Amino acid sequence: MINKFIGGLHEAVADVHDGAIVLVGGFGGAGHPTELLHALLDQGARDLTMVSNNAGNHEVGLAALIKAERVKKMICSFPKSSHSHVFNQFYSEGRIELECVPQGTIAERLHAAAAGLGGFYTRTSYGTDLAKGKETREINGKQYVFEYPLHADFAFVLAQKADRWGNLVYNKTARNFGPVMCQAAKTTIVQVKHKVELGDLDPETVVTPGIFVDRVVEVSNPQFSS
Amino acid sequence: MQRLTRDQMAARLAKDILPGSYVNIGIGMPERVADYLDPADEILLHSENGMLGMGPSAKEGEEDLELISAGKHPVTLLTGGAFFEHVTSFVMMRGGHLDLCIMGGMQVASNGDLANWSLGRKGEPPAVGGAMDLAMGAKKVYILMEHNAKDGRPKLVERCSLPLTGPGVVSRVYTDLAVVEIRPEGFVVLDKLVDISDAELQAHTGASLTFARP
Repeated sequence: MINKFIGGLHEAVADVHDGAIVLVGGFGGAGHPTELLHALLDQGARDLTMVSNNAGNHEVGLAALIKAERVKKMICSFPKSSHSHVFNQFYSEGRIELECVPQGTIAERLHAAAAGLGGFYTRTSYGTDLAKGKETREINGKQYVFEYPLHADFAFVLAQKADRWGNLVYNKTARNFGPVMCQAAKTTIVQVKHKVELGDLDPETVVTPGIFVDRVVEVSNPQFSS
Repeated sequence: MQRLTRDQMAARLAKDILPGSYVNIGIGMPERVADYLDPADEILLHSENGMLGMGPSAKEGEEDLELISAGKHPVTLLTGGAFFEHVTSFVMMRGGHLDLCIMGGMQVASNGDLANWSLGRKGEPPAVGGAMDLAMGAKKVYILMEHNAKDGRPKLVERCSLPLTGPGVVSRVYTDLAVVEIRPEGFVVLDKLVDISDAELQAHTGASLTFARP
């Protein structure tokens, strides 16, 4: 019997190793798997590379991990926000590396990793500072930049409902990076608001099929997540 | 000479959007454009975080933190709107599926180069978001920005001195003084929005203007 539900948050993140590359879903607060990140904070892994659209807000979730000096490098498109003071301080003091990647290029690099592609050419960033040192190529008269797949050890994702096979549906704009991050990581860990029975999800509306999900933890009353 | 207010600028741009267009509106001043669209025109707003058919801001007390705009404000979804994940959202943006994107600007050059993502200051983290994806991927790029910076320096220039968002990508600029189109010959003034002589408008601009016949 397949059962991807795990008893608790700490068990779900127990094998995240030092130096791991971890994908973190969310756009702003929507879809940010805050409870999984706090479990990782307790677990103790360090020298992490975190991939997320933003670099954390206030002092919860990703920002709490950065503040605890556990993050070596951030890969994100938009680290700045009105509440990103933890990241800003670490960055200005040279205590964290940043790879700034256009948002669509993050999504597509994750997709390339998920789909077994060796990379892709995109027009995004051509002629800008973010394309410096990258291979370029003219295709049908237009200039493109080559981008590599972005592989990861773990993905932390927030979803709305899951069944024990790991089929997922999301809620509104909290879906964002969740589906592609589930696909791109070696091990995908999902924090879900509602556990449902097999058959409760309409197969026509499943967004992430369970093959892309390894572990699911039910957090029905999240303390931090939206 | 009285310059247009930001709301007047947004209203002027809104007038030029065709009914039925799929449009992405950037963070900041462009968000005001949404207030001047006629719902009957069914201009569908795309939000990069995974929504097509974005509606007005959520009313107080009805905010849903999982229904937010690219600017991370609680919004609503129009009847008929759709949610989707990030790869699909950026397929729309990068693959030429959006009719128009409207962004703010720091500098626009007469060759269509756009600078609107970085002041290039050391020690400040660079943050690009979806700006480069939109600049290169939308069918048309309209920039809504003041004609001059706070210190009076022109923002329409011969060549951008700030880091580029994309080369040769801008179609039009809507400022507090004029509507300026970028054509192979450079900046062409389509419409003067205030009582200003051609010479005075030229004096406020960092590259040579030509004036389209009315």
